[in-house]
Amino acid sequence: MVGPEVRAPRVRPTGHEGWARLAWPVAPRAPIEVRGWGWRYAGRRAWACRGVDFRIEPGERVLLVGPSGGGKSTLLHGIAGLLDPEAAAEVEGEIIVGGRPAGSDRSLVGMLFQDPESALMMARAGDDVAFGLENAGVPTAEIWPRVDAALDLVGFPYSGDRSTAALSGGEQQRLALAGTVVRGPSLLILDEPTANLDPLGTTTVLEAVDRVLAGAGSTLLMVEHHVQAALPLIERVAVLEPGGGIIDDGSPDAVFGRRGADLAKAGVWVPAPWGPSPPTPRRGPGSGPAVLDGRGLSARYAAGAAPALEDADITLHRGEAVAVTGPNGSGKSTLALLLAGLLAPSSGAATLRADPSRPLHRWRARELCRRIGVVFQDPEHQFLTSRVDAELMIAPRQAGVPAETAERRRDELLQRLGLDRLSAANPFTLSGGEKRRLSVATALTTTPDVVVLDEPTFGQDARTWAELVELCADLRDGGSALLVVTHDERFVDAIADRRVIADEGRLS
Amino acid sequence: MSVLAVPAVSDAAAPIARRSPLAKIAAALLPGLALLASIDPVAPAVVLASTLFCVPLCGVTWRALARRAWPLALAVVTLSLGNAVFTGRKGGETLLEFGPLLLTTESLGAGAAAGLRVAAIALPGVLAILTIDPVDLADALAQRLRVPARFAYGALAGLRLAPLLAADWQTLGRARRARGLAAGANPVRGVRLFAGKVFALLVGAMRRATRLAAAMEARGFDSGQARTAAREQRFDGGDAALVAASAVVTVAAVGLSVFTGAWNPLLS
Repeated sequence: MVGPEVRAPRVRPTGHEGWARLAWPVAPRAPIEVRGWGWRYAGRRAWACRGVDFRIEPGERVLLVGPSGGGKSTLLHGIAGLLDPEAAAEVEGEIIVGGRPAGSDRSLVGMLFQDPESALMMARAGDDVAFGLENAGVPTAEIWPRVDAALDLVGFPYSGDRSTAALSGGEQQRLALAGTVVRGPSLLILDEPTANLDPLGTTTVLEAVDRVLAGAGSTLLMVEHHVQAALPLIERVAVLEPGGGIIDDGSPDAVFGRRGADLAKAGVWVPAPWGPSPPTPRRGPGSGPAVLDGRGLSARYAAGAAPALEDADITLHRGEAVAVTGPNGSGKSTLALLLAGLLAPSSGAATLRADPSRPLHRWRARELCRRIGVVFQDPEHQFLTSRVDAELMIAPRQAGVPAETAERRRDELLQRLGLDRLSAANPFTLSGGEKRRLSVATALTTTPDVVVLDEPTFGQDARTWAELVELCADLRDGGSALLVVTHDERFVDAIADRRVIADEGRLS
Repeated sequence: MSVLAVPAVSDAAAPIARRSPLAKIAAALLPGLALLASIDPVAPAVVLASTLFCVPLCGVTWRALARRAWPLALAVVTLSLGNAVFTGRKGGETLLEFGPLLLTTESLGAGAAAGLRVAAIALPGVLAILTIDPVDLADALAQRLRVPARFAYGALAGLRLAPLLAADWQTLGRARRARGLAAGANPVRGVRLFAGKVFALLVGAMRRATRLAAAMEARGFDSGQARTAAREQRFDGGDAALVAASAVVTVAAVGLSVFTGAWNPLLS
């Protein structure tokens, strides 16, 4: 979550000739009617959505907000006709798009997803855009001019031959947008399209959406974490209450004015005039003794490839939180892996002051986990057991911490992170915020000297975000050395004592 | 994965490189089928020589071929040596005798023939795989052989996820190390750790595949409409000529083998 620091998209000059109609036909305008709709997934007791009633007129631009895990994504998938009826235990009501049940006409609706990496099908960018046209039966001669025009419209910076694997997240998402709008849908559904992107990617994607909407005159329905950045795109806000349907609906001014405080309390990132002001920055007690050194660290992932990180020097101190920022691919995460002893450098070494003769990547795992805790970007990569409380016993057992001490620490962490009532739950079934808190807890079980966090606030709601700030500040004040790799400027402002900028493999 | 990430074909316009994937597959399979029928040194030698002659026409440099085909070369050498040692044919001059180990000119010849045969069957296939673009193959299967798009392009989209899975695998290993788990020298622990990683990888792969399927449906892949083709895959005279050339080489190899009396059919 990068929050309101993201630059808002340029507002398109009205009546500008440059944003002319699209160069291809657009599907007929279609209203959306959701009538008493509810959906319960097989194997779940609670309804993902229930009692949803609302109508969207053609050409309207609507933002759907609500607490995370409140069914927003399910509703969007329902309207796009992408829910598998076999995955439902119960369905109520109906969704009608353009007078017919949702999903009966794929050409009306285009949808963009949270993770562009798994929304691209082909190896070459142009082929990926052409895919949707082939499916629509567009004659071969018309396909390539339309592909080129669509790539141009979204500001895709390369030719159609570009490999889809060699794109940043923002470029991938713009490519997916091109592949969606080239089909000429009259309704565009966006499910947190910028949640996985850095600030630059977020801005470029939202600008591209704005251009597309202007060209096609489409209806827009979106869920977006970066509410502030999305505001210029929308004119109506609908609030979805978990299990309670749409509880408020109107202009952003009216809805955020009425419900700003409630929504913020529920974790929604309420934008500036209506939301709470950012927390007062907490600075550390002043840095203590040095604990970890990286000297001349370089790493490359393939022989002959450009180095991901080159000749990096950094020292971490007790009681200090260091933020590493920089664009995607700048070597931030590589630095974190090297300092955590999880990646062997091609030259240089990371060492602890306590044992400067042995580079960290040579340490045995059970020794390493005692001194350094790591929080990965995707919490699920870290889960190893089928119970929350068991997760917190793994590292202590490996490190040889006495069982009694480990259990005390486990209970303390569960309580501190608000997971005590979930101790018997399966980690994979937790909500996004709970997963994040558990993954942080797993890194703290051995009370390590150094804690390395890779994008801890990514995609988190405002409530989990505030808890993470508190937790990290407490850790730092308790004498740990913190290294946080992040795009989140608000997070940096809130806790970092020092910032290191990575750019093309160099630190400054 | 890094080797696979770099394309093997440096000249996509080379005479064989630009042929239809279906022609390449047929041309690679034909001699192999004939060579399976007999154990002799002559026919494989002809096929192997012709295949090596084709390498430059495939747009593949010798270096690129060596980088990818060395496991095959290693297998061929091992197989030849093994055959030379364990064959029952021990006539001719004795070259080396060391306890039970006996190498003669005839046993070396038998070993070389076995290695030659495997190399001649495998190398055309390796060249075909190196020069076929998966997208072209899917297009050709769908357009020329009427393979259902669901299968051809579904598999193609799945292939795109392979590098992502490789990255996931590394991350899963690192996440385990960070929690104090590593196999070390204990094989039981190693197997358990490996099984856990495989399971986690599969869970992640299923999620990705589900999301990919939704994205494909959103772009009308399931609309049931007749698809058009953005990239046309032809099968023209040049493609037929490639298959014909392969047939000629195959016939010549078998003919020469029979003519020299080396032909030694397996089923007789």
